[in-house]
Amino acid sequence: MRTLKWLGNTTASVALGAAVLGLFGGGEAAAQGKQLTLCWAAWDPANALVELGKDFTKQSGIEMKYEFVPWTSYADRFLNELNSHGKLCDLLIGDSQWIGGAAENKWYLKLNDFFDKEHISMDDFVQATVVGYSEWPKNSPNYWALPAMADAVGWTYRKDWFSRPDIQSAFKAKYGRDLAPPKTYDELKQIAEFFQGREIDGKKVYGAYIFTERGSEGITMGVTNVLYNYGFSYDNPKKAYQMQGFVNSADAAKGLEFYKGLYKCCTAPGLTNAYMQEGLDAFKSGQVAMQMNWFAFFPGLYKDPNVGGDKIGFFVNPAGPNGHFTQLGGQGISVVANSDHKDDALAYIKWFAQPAVQQKWWQLGGYSALKAVVDAPDFPKSAAFAPQFLESMGIVKDFWAEPSYAQLLLDMQKRVHDYVVADKGTGQQALDLLVKDWTKVFKEQGKEVASQ
Amino acid sequence: MGKMSTTLQPDQATIAGVSEPAKSRAAKSRPAKRVRGLSDRAIAWLFVAPTIALLLAINIFPLIWMIRLSFTSLNLSMSYLPLRFVGLDNFSDILNDEDLWIRLQTTAQFVIWSVGLQVVIGYGLALLINRQFRGHSFWTTIILLPMMLSPAVVGNFWTLLFQPQIGPFNYLISLFTGVPPSSFSMTGEVALAPWTIVLVDTWMWTPYVMLICLAGLRSIPDYIYEAAEVDRASAWRQFWSITLPMTVPFLMLAVLFRAIENFKMFDMVNLLTSGGPGSTTELVSITLKRAAFEKWRTGYSSALAIILFVTVFGAANIYVKALNKVKQR
Amino acid sequence: MTAAVANSTAHSIVEASPRAKAVAGSVVILYAIISILPLLWIGATAFKSQSDAIAYPPKVIFQPTLEGYVNLFTVRTRQTPDFIAKLPPPETWYDKLVRQHDMVIAGPSKVVPRFVNSLIIGFGSTFLAVFLGTLAAYAFSRFRIPLADDLLFFILSTRMMPPVAVAIPIYLMYRQLNLTDTRLGMILLYTAVNVSLAVWLLKGFIDEIPREYEEAALVDGYTRLQALRKVVLPQAVTGIAATAIFCLIFSWNEYAFAVLLTSGEAQTMPPFIPFIIGEGGQDWPAVAAATTLFVLPIVLFTVLLRKHLLRGITFGAVRK
Repeated sequence: MRTLKWLGNTTASVALGAAVLGLFGGGEAAAQGKQLTLCWAAWDPANALVELGKDFTKQSGIEMKYEFVPWTSYADRFLNELNSHGKLCDLLIGDSQWIGGAAENKWYLKLNDFFDKEHISMDDFVQATVVGYSEWPKNSPNYWALPAMADAVGWTYRKDWFSRPDIQSAFKAKYGRDLAPPKTYDELKQIAEFFQGREIDGKKVYGAYIFTERGSEGITMGVTNVLYNYGFSYDNPKKAYQMQGFVNSADAAKGLEFYKGLYKCCTAPGLTNAYMQEGLDAFKSGQVAMQMNWFAFFPGLYKDPNVGGDKIGFFVNPAGPNGHFTQLGGQGISVVANSDHKDDALAYIKWFAQPAVQQKWWQLGGYSALKAVVDAPDFPKSAAFAPQFLESMGIVKDFWAEPSYAQLLLDMQKRVHDYVVADKGTGQQALDLLVKDWTKVFKEQGKEVASQ
Repeated sequence: MGKMSTTLQPDQATIAGVSEPAKSRAAKSRPAKRVRGLSDRAIAWLFVAPTIALLLAINIFPLIWMIRLSFTSLNLSMSYLPLRFVGLDNFSDILNDEDLWIRLQTTAQFVIWSVGLQVVIGYGLALLINRQFRGHSFWTTIILLPMMLSPAVVGNFWTLLFQPQIGPFNYLISLFTGVPPSSFSMTGEVALAPWTIVLVDTWMWTPYVMLICLAGLRSIPDYIYEAAEVDRASAWRQFWSITLPMTVPFLMLAVLFRAIENFKMFDMVNLLTSGGPGSTTELVSITLKRAAFEKWRTGYSSALAIILFVTVFGAANIYVKALNKVKQR
Repeated sequence: MTAAVANSTAHSIVEASPRAKAVAGSVVILYAIISILPLLWIGATAFKSQSDAIAYPPKVIFQPTLEGYVNLFTVRTRQTPDFIAKLPPPETWYDKLVRQHDMVIAGPSKVVPRFVNSLIIGFGSTFLAVFLGTLAAYAFSRFRIPLADDLLFFILSTRMMPPVAVAIPIYLMYRQLNLTDTRLGMILLYTAVNVSLAVWLLKGFIDEIPREYEEAALVDGYTRLQALRKVVLPQAVTGIAATAIFCLIFSWNEYAFAVLLTSGEAQTMPPFIPFIIGEGGQDWPAVAAATTLFVLPIVLFTVLLRKHLLRGITFGAVRK
């Protein structure tokens, strides 16, 4: 009973104190000096940005605070933040697909006037990144972000395994051609089948790693790399929002079936809900011969003590029978309209846009979108993956950036995962249902959706 | 847990120094004397009002707001679009959506299997613990540990445990059955995933059911058993005609609580499987969360929330009436 | 009485035979061991190195290290070996540990503020819920409140909505009131959710306390409030303790509201723990360390008050 009383008294005082603290001490401690909070996803480039940001603090005296969130909850968390008019972020490096919603809902500050005043020209940046990360409506000179991180899907492979004579001869014997990084998806599948289940250095390895994540955007960001190259298109280039026959063409269905085939035949077991981090784990622990992932991770992979350096090679997303594209990634940096420190945030953007800073950004592990950096003559030699990056940025294609993009993305996540991982229906059926889903979304917005 | 004392014997003399004569005086003069300080009515209001006010503000007012929203087309991520009043469109959308019925089915299966298993195992454990073997108090506390964790954290770390290559679960199974660890994936296979969520939920909440059943068993007075012994009833007979009927109300209570909780289940399953593979473990709460906070279809998800609430409320109502009938028997 | 009877019969349903006890004991102990294995694995993972935690096949015997805990409390950046060689020698044991992996500590992680948030929001809402609940339960128990039964059922039915559903209008409401991502907002919300349970539980307990004692106190000249404080509360302490445990467990472990309504300021531990990322995937040793530390207060609380848990769990339906 006495313990109870003591516990009760202590708990009551703690609780009372806590309640009071909560009620009155809800705000954060007054900041000393100026501060900016930058929000992004938690990945290698973010760490590089922290390093880079130290220069800004030195130059301007403004302290940088960071809020990094893992990719799987990045969209959730920050779209929630924007929707709830939160004041957490002053600067937000938001995903390219958020541009439509952010512009229409006035979550971001429009930067045209700022760019004019500071003589920042969008012509200085790679065109694909300007359209992809900054413009809304697309292909109109309305800018809502500065292209900050150019990114696309690429592939890494175990160069050391590919150069082993025994493996090379076994491959040549089986397929009649030399083992080399694949240029088409058929070649990639062959290589994946070849490595699947092979014993290398006493361990069983697997052919390829592809995205299969269900919750946020993983499997969509993986499957589009194949779909684009089989002829999938989001809508009729001549008639916006006409999707029938473009999203669910027979070729597109074939592409979807190919992705499922690759998933079933040549990947490591248990990866039914895997995105970027699991790919890094699988590749770094020597489980797979080839890995699909974002260029953003390649600097870190190159530096890895187990699989980096000479052991790692890179290749561009292979072509398919009807095209050669790769999924666009990357983000632009924007000023949150609700921020209390807009001027300081703009100062950061002005600093970030300088060519010298962009050059250092590339060196530290970020991917600059400034033409002056990527078009420089020594750029292809500056990193092992630089040539592939350049080539990829020339063939990028992006997902819908409409304000309703989240619904469109989640619908595709569901249909594709249902078919590829959960074995529901056929590829054609999945795409047909997807057209239905997307039609509904657009109709709710009041858009005209033609059926033929 | 210690045997419960069967009678409460508060020390009368120590209660606020209240005197014996005063108590008998009180017993005699029942009509309430006017007491000093605030009147009883004022106190009643003062005591109940804050709670009711809080519940009105946090539960009722938002519920009414939500009912209003369910008749609109509100989409928070496209709030610049004019707000349309759509009448019952959202509701008919939901009720006509095949996929949603499948979600409800998935949820119902989850609830039935998980609660069923928990009741069987929990009751069994309670019966065994009631034998009061040496050290039972310690081992009971050990059994209670899983339910003290956050369901979200549980869902998260079980993904590690279920990993075919690096997690111990598959290896343990392969030790006993010889099946290679990488050949199956508890969270990744369509056939296994629904059972996986039942398994983890049972692991977590069986102790809860066990506690309720234990309380029920302890509430049966010994003299009933002793009378049965005198009548030379067998152990089995005693179980069927004494133990089981007298603990049925507790069992029903446990089923009610767990069924309501599992119908609402979101965090554990979302972190364990994200509703996958495909949508095979997508419970209605996950669908609701995606509709409300990822697609931002506020109007639609309000309608869905109301439908779910009415379902649970109606079912619980019926169940509680049945429970009361059983209690009265 | 019961003890005497039990000793006189070797085989009685009231006191089980030694053999029956042994069988029961073995089964229960077996179940307890099996059910605690996952927790032991997680506890052990907290002491593994990154590579041991994701080793394949999984390691049962491993070299323990405090990396998991260090990683939990710090933010680190990877540097080149040359850079590290140029730094002054490491001052503390955790600096040394981190340098071994070519990393440098860049600052404290967010785990302590998150834990503090959990403490404030958890205990704060528990205190408020129990406080308001005791008052309301006392009123329902002692006074004739109009529509009492309906009110009580209404109070209970507020617990039947999925949290995600409740979050929809709360989100909108908090947005207007600037309560998103505030500790006050979360405390109010958790209190509202807990108070329904608290009222029901406490009413059951207070109903059991005979009225005579209060009435005697009133006759003796105490006010109603004084009678409450001096007579009723001491006897209701076990009920209050049981209620407090359940309220605390809910607020402490709650995820859905926390993840939807908090962001940076008021985020608690449950939305934080599953997203502790290392260099590749999840930093499992750090996640395991956080899980262990986070469950300790609850375990402590529950073990100390476990006798009262049993009464509380049945709404005080266990008659003493």
